[in-house]
Amino acid sequence: MTDTTAPAPSRVLDVTSDRARARVRARYRKEARFRAYGLIAIGFAALFLVVLLADILTKGIPAFFVARAAIPVTLAAADIDPAGNRNLNEIAKADFAAALRKLLVAMFPYASDRASRRQLMALFSSAAPNQLRDAAMADPNLIGNQVTLPLLLSDDADLFFKGGITEVQVQPAKGAATPSGTEGTIEISSSGPDFASELGEVKRQISAQLRSVRQDVDANGQLRARYQAQVQDLTARLTQARAAGDKEAAPTLEQALAKASGDLESVSANGRQLEGRMLELKAKAAQPAAPEALDPNLPSLLVHINGGIVKATEVAGDRIKGTVIAPLGSAAPAAAGSWSTENILTPESTRRLGDREVVWLEAMAAKGMITSGFNWSFFTTGDSREPELAGVLGGIVGSALTLLVTLGICLPVGVAAAIYLEEFAPKNRFTELIEVNINNLAAVPSIVFGLLGLAIFLNFFGMPRSSALVGGLVLALLVLPTIIIAARAALRAVPPSIREGALGIGASHQQAVFHHVLPLAMPGIMTGTIIGMAHALGETAPLLLIGMVAFIVDIPHSVNDAATVLPVQIFLWSDLPEVAFRAKTSAAIIVLLLFLFVMNGAAIMLRKRFERRW
Amino acid sequence: MDSSAPRLGNAVLTPPEPIILQERPIKIKSRHVTVHYGAKQAIHDLDIDIPDRAVSSFIGPSGCGKSTFLRCINRMNDTIPIARVEGKIEIEGQDIYDKSLDVVQLRARVGMVFQKPNPFPKSIFENVAYGPRIHGLASSKNEHEEIVVTSLKRAGLFEEVKDRLSAPGTGLSGGQQQRLCIARAISVNPEVILMDEPCSALDPIATARIEELIDDLRQNFCIVIVTHSMQQAARVSQLTAFFHLGNLVEVGDTDAIFTNPQEKRTQDYITGRFG
Repeated sequence: MTDTTAPAPSRVLDVTSDRARARVRARYRKEARFRAYGLIAIGFAALFLVVLLADILTKGIPAFFVARAAIPVTLAAADIDPAGNRNLNEIAKADFAAALRKLLVAMFPYASDRASRRQLMALFSSAAPNQLRDAAMADPNLIGNQVTLPLLLSDDADLFFKGGITEVQVQPAKGAATPSGTEGTIEISSSGPDFASELGEVKRQISAQLRSVRQDVDANGQLRARYQAQVQDLTARLTQARAAGDKEAAPTLEQALAKASGDLESVSANGRQLEGRMLELKAKAAQPAAPEALDPNLPSLLVHINGGIVKATEVAGDRIKGTVIAPLGSAAPAAAGSWSTENILTPESTRRLGDREVVWLEAMAAKGMITSGFNWSFFTTGDSREPELAGVLGGIVGSALTLLVTLGICLPVGVAAAIYLEEFAPKNRFTELIEVNINNLAAVPSIVFGLLGLAIFLNFFGMPRSSALVGGLVLALLVLPTIIIAARAALRAVPPSIREGALGIGASHQQAVFHHVLPLAMPGIMTGTIIGMAHALGETAPLLLIGMVAFIVDIPHSVNDAATVLPVQIFLWSDLPEVAFRAKTSAAIIVLLLFLFVMNGAAIMLRKRFERRW
Repeated sequence: MDSSAPRLGNAVLTPPEPIILQERPIKIKSRHVTVHYGAKQAIHDLDIDIPDRAVSSFIGPSGCGKSTFLRCINRMNDTIPIARVEGKIEIEGQDIYDKSLDVVQLRARVGMVFQKPNPFPKSIFENVAYGPRIHGLASSKNEHEEIVVTSLKRAGLFEEVKDRLSAPGTGLSGGQQQRLCIARAISVNPEVILMDEPCSALDPIATARIEELIDDLRQNFCIVIVTHSMQQAARVSQLTAFFHLGNLVEVGDTDAIFTNPQEKRTQDYITGRFG
């Protein structure tokens, strides 16, 4: 303490020398570098977040809107209520699909054949007849009158109006056109180069095809040369063997020769065919003005003229041959500007709506029937195989029920376990073992908990499969370690002086914990719990194993009903082939993220409220 | 050191009336007390008698065992798993380490004030009302208020906080917080108040107020105070015990210890030659 040692050599702190200045500069550099690292890290994270959100939002937001066709509907009494007594039971049994079909045929009289009628009906959702029925049942007085009902379109029609099927280019014509007829196959010749670009496109395709056929021909030639060499070789060896009188080798060689010759023949035939095709394409490519036939692998060309529509089947620079989709009003010549060409850029063979369907939808849109509105049913219906009818309510309710079960188990059990372990348990080997195991459990893959739930809750206790109860129990197991660890950390973070103060005025250990330590730890416990709950909300894998992956249309009403949860719903939709489900998937992700934001917001609010108390 | 007229801030205290400690009833009696923290022995065979209605101070360098012994008197060391206390401590003839004694009741009888002010993060009222509530000292709201007001008055804090009893106790200044802790300690009317360096985190003015308060409280309580400030020990206490390396080196009337220490180590310490 008072030991004296030799006085340390006095060192003067030098702040002016070059070395000192270099040290300072180095320190500044280090600090600047560290700040830069931090900014880069944050920027990186923010970039990913923005990309993720932008991707999900651009894909998902269209799914919150839906196109409807507000067509004027006359519910003919003869179809729907033949008895005329407005009996709801009879109205319910009426064939509203037939009524809708009638309306559509009335709207497009030229589409009256069976195939066209089916195509027309396919533009509407399978729920559209039910909409008619619901309207009629709600107000039987509508029968016989004309009403305008916004009918739900099919997913493909909806997608067309959202621009997801094809791009359409309409160009006013430059020349005057003369149609050769009004129905069937007609020819339209224009005085201007209205079809030149289309023809150019076809020729480009032909050149591309020619290139690929040329490569095929070359490959075929090499193959043929190889087979020819093989045949020659075998022939030579056979001759040799025969000359040597080799009785054993000759039959084998004969066989091989026969096979090789056969192969050569088929390769040659193929080659001749390819060469023929090559010549054909060459000839077409060589004549840039010669007319070409259009096939479904090329963009479609429609001509709107004299109130009708012609789909081109053969195109030349200034005229087309085509089939009439909608009959022309007359075969009179049309002046430049009074008619137009329409390019549907996605080839018909690769899109889900044919040219005729596109034409009908455009016709309805031109009449102002198509309205786009918020898709409330997305939030009020359960799952469906029809994308336009599928909603997330089932997932939302399922998630809510599951989380309720999880919270109901996790919070009391987790907090009780944490308090016991942190405050009351004797510190010995056994409690250490428990502690280590809790930490290990937090790291166990979630699917293992799913297997555990399957084995115990379903197979042993026989609880209902794919129910929110079992899902909640499994998620409770999953989240419990997180909550215990968070709660213990929160309890440990309470300053010991508070505990001592309480003990010092004669509070028992338990009173000190429950009156003073626990309230102070509560914000931390809440945060841990809500983070755990958010984890549980996003969990999918363990729920798949206990059957929550099933296709469930009904909204669950209790924890025992078969249910699905939001993340599983997303998983299911992401797997479906319908294009419209892609948007639905992103929309469901947005809903899930909103849920998470709400939960985190609640966490912050709760924490603030509890914190204000001290 | 002039201990006959201790100065307290700018005020000159009336010199404490001479107390003949031998005539005071003994409140706390310790015999052969030995404390181990794990393998390390913190206190060696300690015998001391602490008088009632007087202030006794424990002085000594850091790590000498004075706080450890203080915490033995209300069995606060029980909360440290590795601490082991042997020997006998009696309060009014009752062995406080007796198995049948309820430690919680003991701590109600032996209040404690800590080094760092540690009011509960609740309102001022709640801080003081908590003890009476858990011990059932008040049956009605009025009684509660009465106890709170009396305690705050006795701690000399009432005038400063009477308008904001519902404000959080943690919002007070350091000295006020410590007086709040004293009010909290006396609210359950203990027999003994232990103070573990109550002024070490406070400025001189707040310290002076606390010392004044301790001097007042001496009329009704047996007060034991651990302090690093020898001036403080000389100012407020009537009995002083000097601890060194886990041993009680010397104990006696404060005047005697500071003016005429019997042991060389005591002399060295109070004259500032080590510590």
